[in-house]
Parts: sequence; structure tokens; C-alpha cells
Amino acid sequence: MVVISDIIVQGVQMLLVLLLAPLLTGYVRKIKARLVRRQGASVFQPYRDLLRLLRKEVVLADNASWLFRVTPYITFAAIWVAAALVPTFATGLLFNWTADLIAIVALLGSARFFLALAGMDVGTSFGGIGSSREVMIAALAEPAMLLIVFCLALVAGSTQLSTVSHFLASSYVGLRVSLGMALVALFMVAIAENARIPVDNPATHLELTMVHEAMILEYSGRHLAMIELGAFLKLLLYVSLIACVFFPWQIALYGGGALSYTIGAGAYIVKLALAGFLLALFETATAKMRVFRVPQFLGAAFMLGLLGTLLLFVSRSF
Amino acid sequence: MSAVALQMVCVAGLLGLSVLAIVLSRSKIATAVIYAATLAVSAIALIGALRSLLGGADTTVLTLPVGLPWLGAHFRLDALASFFLVVINLGGASASLYGLGYGHHDPAPHRVLPFFPAFLAGMNLVVLADDAFSYLLCWEFMSLASWALVMAHHREPGNARAGYVYLVMASFGTLALLLAFGLLAGPAGDYGFAAIRSAQHSPYAATLVLVLMLLGAGSKAGLVPLHVWLPLAHPAAPSHVSALMSGVMTKVAIYGFIRVMFDLLGQPSWPASVIVLFLGSITAVMGILYAMMEKDLKRLLAYSTIENIGIVFVSLGLAMAFQANGLKAAAAVAFTAALFHALNHSFFKSLLFFGAGAVLTATGERDMDKLGGLIHRMPFTSFAVLVGCVAISALPPFNGFVSEWLIFQAVLQSPELPQWALKIMVPAVGAMLALAAALAAACFVKTYGVTFLGRPRGTSAEAAHEVDRFSLAAMSILAVLCLLAGILPGLAIDALAPVATQILGSRMPVQTGQPWLSIVPIAEGRSSYNGLLVMVFITAAASLAVFFIHRFASHALRRGPAWGCGFSDATPAAQYSGVSFAQPIRRVFGTLVFHARDHVIMPPPGDLRPARLRIELHDLVWNGIYAPIAGAVAFSSRRLNRLQFLTIRRYLSLVFATLVTLLLVLAIWS
Repeated sequence: MVVISDIIVQGVQMLLVLLLAPLLTGYVRKIKARLVRRQGASVFQPYRDLLRLLRKEVVLADNASWLFRVTPYITFAAIWVAAALVPTFATGLLFNWTADLIAIVALLGSARFFLALAGMDVGTSFGGIGSSREVMIAALAEPAMLLIVFCLALVAGSTQLSTVSHFLASSYVGLRVSLGMALVALFMVAIAENARIPVDNPATHLELTMVHEAMILEYSGRHLAMIELGAFLKLLLYVSLIACVFFPWQIALYGGGALSYTIGAGAYIVKLALAGFLLALFETATAKMRVFRVPQFLGAAFMLGLLGTLLLFVSRSF
Repeated sequence: MSAVALQMVCVAGLLGLSVLAIVLSRSKIATAVIYAATLAVSAIALIGALRSLLGGADTTVLTLPVGLPWLGAHFRLDALASFFLVVINLGGASASLYGLGYGHHDPAPHRVLPFFPAFLAGMNLVVLADDAFSYLLCWEFMSLASWALVMAHHREPGNARAGYVYLVMASFGTLALLLAFGLLAGPAGDYGFAAIRSAQHSPYAATLVLVLMLLGAGSKAGLVPLHVWLPLAHPAAPSHVSALMSGVMTKVAIYGFIRVMFDLLGQPSWPASVIVLFLGSITAVMGILYAMMEKDLKRLLAYSTIENIGIVFVSLGLAMAFQANGLKAAAAVAFTAALFHALNHSFFKSLLFFGAGAVLTATGERDMDKLGGLIHRMPFTSFAVLVGCVAISALPPFNGFVSEWLIFQAVLQSPELPQWALKIMVPAVGAMLALAAALAAACFVKTYGVTFLGRPRGTSAEAAHEVDRFSLAAMSILAVLCLLAGILPGLAIDALAPVATQILGSRMPVQTGQPWLSIVPIAEGRSSYNGLLVMVFITAAASLAVFFIHRFASHALRRGPAWGCGFSDATPAAQYSGVSFAQPIRRVFGTLVFHARDHVIMPPPGDLRPARLRIELHDLVWNGIYAPIAGAVAFSSRRLNRLQFLTIRRYLSLVFATLVTLLLVLAIWS
């Protein structure tokens, strides 16, 4: 009985992230449009885009290999599993024991690995430039992310996200320097990993500085739909990660019952809305930076993560 | 027959095979016979080693009446030796299987066949040796056999230099080992490992032994800055031998380091671990940066070996630090992670070298910037190599991730360490490891993308064909092992427990009892990982997506030319190459580490010459350490050369002066 309810709650979590992800992106776009005094598309536009892409035919380059065709599914599956591992409205879910925060980072790494390969598969220079820059950004963002993970794991004594969230939700953590550093670093990594301004611009095609969009330039139809959905999920994943680790208020604890789950879900949606608003505000307030300034940006995140970890190694009370 | 006797019989069989190879040398069947027989012997040795590792059989010893007259030759099989015998013989068996097919392409089989089984025999013997004399003898035998294999194609450009540098470095390494064992044996001079183990070693001697072992075993394993020979020598040999040298011989060096530092010296000290951690983390990052800059497929793989050796040494350093402070559980995690990573590396590095060999057979090309599009022409090879690339990039659900995950778990135990030096050092080491892991993924995207994807950049890549079945079988077996070790890591960790128990006196918790085959290094709630479930979930999610798409989405598919953004580039040379792919990373890290500069040489307006891009890379280790030494040697030898052309009068006065000096020294001494 317990197992069945566990599976149901986990299933709700998986569906929830899948359904909410396009909404979050649409919401961020809408806020950005409103902030620059445009009307903007409906917040439901990403769903319509996905449906339209699913109905379209796929145009495949002549020399695309099987890798190009399976990558959208592998990437989507890896990101979806990673997103399902992050506690959204409740901790202690069934999946949570499968893999920890390090594995989530690595799962996102797998997704990126295949996308970067697919960018090189057709053999155009645009795919290559996208892949090459994507792996350069990842080579800086991933270690920064791992240091943030170290930081959190040392505070909470665990790399299990559920345990970390549970621990930080308890009142006796208090304000800590290292956690503040980790939060800033995580925000910077999230910006870079999701190809947002100022690292990359998610709204452009064919701009010299673009990274992610260049890599997936050859994709169309249902393949592109999968990749886009994966990107939406990734944004939601990072927002959920920040929310469940740094702002775990009202998150339902394991086996909390229907009422606590409902409150948790409500709180989660409020957090998403707030985070989306802040992201849109940040994006409209900054300009895109040159691609070779990105290493400095991410280097700062790396140093913050390292400093936070170092402080915790020196004393557990920082 | 005792377990160690079985192994010795296998070694004798391998040595017999190399004699047989000389006899058969130029006959047509030699290749098939020798590789098939080596495969059989390796398989027997593998089964024997697995039985003694898993069966928990007692340590067995054997003394042969050869070697030093008053000593004899001692051989011993314990858990540590069994594990490394598994690595060696698994590598040996797969390389022999691969050689059955690959060997037929060899232009001069009589230069490879006699040394191949001898090389395997040498590695087996090093691990079995139980006294310093036999150990050094077997070590030297292994080095010489592999040197002969490096020189197999001695007429190819660069190979003679590779062999020369290898010989110099191997001699240097053996000298360091000789001095280390001399110190260990002490004034009494008992070379048996049993005597060394029971003797007391002064801290001063222990430090010297550490330095000498880092020089001796480290130079064989490829620790920075002793790595310079490795990217020259490993790729020079035939590909299945490259796989053995990179995937297996480096593990023999790690075995030597573990045997001396953990077993013979007894309790490790924490300052030693600082040195090991420092060298290991530098090696990991430098190795992968070198690999990132490389465009020769086999040299790239050799550099990536350096990175993995660095990872293993970091994890051994952590084990030393924990052990020195009595943190038994954490030491077991770090030590098991080191062994597991060594095992994993032998799987995927052999696989990747086999893949590189297959590409070499099919196209005759090692420069990846002349390849491309092989995924269409060599579907099986490219799939197997993809598995290897994912595994070596430490991505779930494959094996490379599990061992790196374990190392990160060990790093997270380190705040318990009392010493401040370690407290400050370990987070930086963790950061270096994370950086190395991320760069490895970037490096293997480049390797796979440039070699196998895109459009062929030359006629040889265009005309490539799939390789023979034996090669494919060897690659498939290793690819399956990479997956199995990744999704069932608990079994591997439990198999390594006897080794940790023997060396550290502690082990990781039993993993096979965990629900759903999870692995739990310390305690549940701290961390757990389940490769099997991760794989099931990914497969399920992907299948669900595919099912949904095929049920509801449009099936229409049209093939068309690639979208070139308005520029239809007709030539495949416009694709990103390995050099251009590495450009962003070269710009970020290379300026510091290699003093890398890109020069664009533009012809003046009106001139029809093409513009050229020149990339300037400096190997600072070579320029800073080896070039000055080589220069000094050359300078002093030129000076000493003058002694050859003296007159008889000057010779006589030289002899007289020497005699007087010696007498004076003697007089002052006494």
C-alpha cells in the first residue's frame, strides 16, 4: 500500500514537472515582454509551439546518422529523469534514493554530451561552433556545479537531495556564509547551463555569439519538439533545485498525507512564479556578454563554490 | 595445484609461446596460432585469478630455486595480486582476441609475435613476485618486452625516438625502484617481501622510499612530470599492444605503488598523502588538457591515460590520508574507488585503443582531422567506441561514473581529517577532479565527433570498411563490461572488498544486500546510487517518449541538404576539425598551461595566397625539465669528448693527477 502511494506521488511529480516546464518558460517570456513594454505571446505559447512542431514533418540532412535521430530522445529522457529526482513539492520520493545530486549533474552532462555530438553529426560549421562552445561552457560550469554540490553536501552531511532539502528545511541551519556563496554560484551556473542572457541568448537564431541554438540548428519537427521540451525541463529543474535547497519552505515531508502535499504543491508554484519573475527581471536588466567573457563569469562561480567548500572544510559552522 | 602454481604455469606457457613464435616466425599460421594460444592461456590465468579473488582463498606462496643463490625466487598470490592479475589477464585475453583479426594487417608479424606473450608474462610475474630481486628482474623484463613492441615498426617516423625516450625513462624508473628496495631491505639486506613487511622503517627512510616510488612507479604510470615518454611510446606500438600498455601496464605500476606504500611500508603517513594528492591532481588536469590539444587519435588516448592515472593517484592519496588518521571506513571507500577506477580504465581504454586500431586498419590514418563520417561506414566499431567514450567521460549509467562518484564521496569524508594542510588541500583537489571530469567529457565529444561524425574529410575516410569479426568481438565484450560494471557496481565493489581488507584492514559495507542493487559507500541517507535503476528509468522515459511520438506525432520525414545558413559549403574541410573544436578551451586554459597562441597570417590585399592559421603550443614540462637536462648532458659529453684526443704525455699526467687526488682523499678520509 505504501509502495503504491509512493509510486502515485512519484508519478504525480514526474507529470507535474513535464506539464509545468513549458508554462514556466512561457511565463518568463511573458514577463520579459511586459518588462520591455511589449504585449508578448500568451503564457501557453510554448505548448502550442510543441504541438505545432509535433505535427510538422522532419527535415533530415542527407548525411545525418542514427545518432542524430536518437539523440533527442536520449537527451529528453536523461533530463526528465534528472528533473524527476529533484524534490519539487515533497521530499523522500521514491526516485530520490536512486541517485544523488552528483548523479543529477552527471545526467545533465550525458544529455549535453549527446546534444554536442549531434551538433557535429551533420558536418556543418554551425553545428561545430555550437558544440565546441557548449562544451567549453560546460567544462567550466560543471566543476562549479560540483563544488556547489560539495558545499551543500558538507552542510547537510549528505549528497542525497531529499536529505539536503529536509535538513535545510529544519530551523536550526541558520544563515551561513558558505550557503550564500553556493546560492550565488548556483544562480550563475543555472544561467549558463540554461543558455540564458548574459551567457547565451535563447531567443535568437543565427547570431554570431549564440551557442545552444547553433548546436541544434539542424533539428526540426518532432525531434526539435523533444529537444525544446528538454530545455524547458532543464530550466524547471534548476529553479526547483534552487527552491528545494535554499528555500525549502512548506515542502512536504515524506508521507505527509494529502493536505501537506497540496500545501507543498501550492508553495512550489508560488516559488516558481517568483523565480521566473526574478529571472526575467535579471535578463532584461543585463546585456549579453562576449563568448570569451563567459569563462570569467563562470570562473567567478567556480571560485565562489571553492571558497564555500573551503570554508566548510575549515569549520563546519560557516 | 595451488593457485600461485597455476599462475606460474600460465606464465611458463606464455614464455613457451614466445619461443614458439620465434620458431614459427615467418610461417603464415604464426599469427593465428600465437594469438589463439595466448588467448587460451590468458583466459585460464584470468579464471584462476578470479577464483582466488572471489573465493577468498588463502594467500599461497611458491619458492623456485632460481634467482639469487641464497634467496631463491619467491612468488605469492594474495588478494591484491589476484585483483591485478584479473586486470592483466582480462586485458591480455581481449588484446589476444583482437590480435587474431588485427594481427593479419601487421606488415612484420615476426617483430610483434614473440614479444606479445613475453610482455604479458612479464606483467604477470611482476604482480606475483614476492622478493625485491625477482620483482626488479620481472619489472625490467616487462619494460624490455614492451620496448621491443614499441620498436616493432621502427621505420615509421617518430618511433625510433619514442623507443629511445622510453628506454631512458624506463631505466631511470628501474634505478629509482632499485634504490627504493635497497632502502626497504635495510642494512641487513633481506630482499624477501615478508622480511621487509615485518621490519621497522624509520620515517626518514619511508619518505625517501615514497619519493623513489613516485619516481619509479610514477614514471611507468605516467605521473606528471614523468609522463613525457608515454604519449610517444604507447601510440607507437601496434594498437592491441597500445591497449595493453595504456590499459594494463600502467596498472602494474599502480600495483607496485600500492604494494610498497600500503603493504610493505606498513602504516602510511599523512605528509606522504599530501605529495600524492598534489601530483595526482596536477596529473589529472594536465593529462586531459594535453589530450584536448591533440589531434592524433592514439596520442590523445595516451594523454587521457595520464589523466586517469592522476585520478587513481588522487584516490590513493585520499586513502593514505584517511588510513594515516585511522578513519577506516573512509579509507576503504577511497581505496576501493582507486581499484575500481583502475579496473574501469582498463576496460574503456582498451576498448578505445581497439577502436583507434580499427580506424587505423580501415583508413590508414591516425590524424583525426583527416577522418570523419565513419559512423556510416563502420557502424559496429563506431557504436562500441561511442560506449567507450561515454564511459570514459564519466557519464551514467556507465562504469566511469561510478568510480568517480565513489572518489567524490571519499572527498566529502575529508573534513574529518585533523591536519590543516589536508583540510585546505582536499577541496582544491576535489575541484581539480571535477575540472578533469568535465574536460574529459569535452575531449571525448571532440574525439568522437571529429572522427566518426560529420562528413569524411579525405578519400581514405570515404573508402573505409568495417573491420573483421575478431576485432568487433573484442570491442563488444569490453563495451558490455563497461555497461555491466556501471549498472551492477555493487558486485564489483564486493569483489574488491578482500583487497581492501588485506591492505587496510577495513572494507566498504556489503553492497549486494542493499535493496534493488543500490550502492551505499558509507550509510544510507548520506549517499546512494543505483546504476541499474538509472538505466531502467532512462530507458523507460525514452521509450515512453518514442511511443508517444510514434502514436501522436507526424511521421513525415524528408531528407534534404544540410542548412548552411545561406552559405552552402561544398567542401567537408569547412567542418569543425579537432583543432578548431579545441579552440575555445585552448583559449581559456591553454594560454596558461601551454602558452598557447593563435596567429592568423593574412596575405596583403591583392595577394592571392590563402590566409593561414598557425597555432603555437609549448610543452612547458618538456621545455622546463627535460630540455635543460638533455642540453646539459649534450654539453658535458661534448666537453668530455675532448679527452679522446689528448697526447700520450697529457694522458699520463691525467692519470698521475687522478692518482694523487685519490691518495689525498684517502689520507684525509682516514
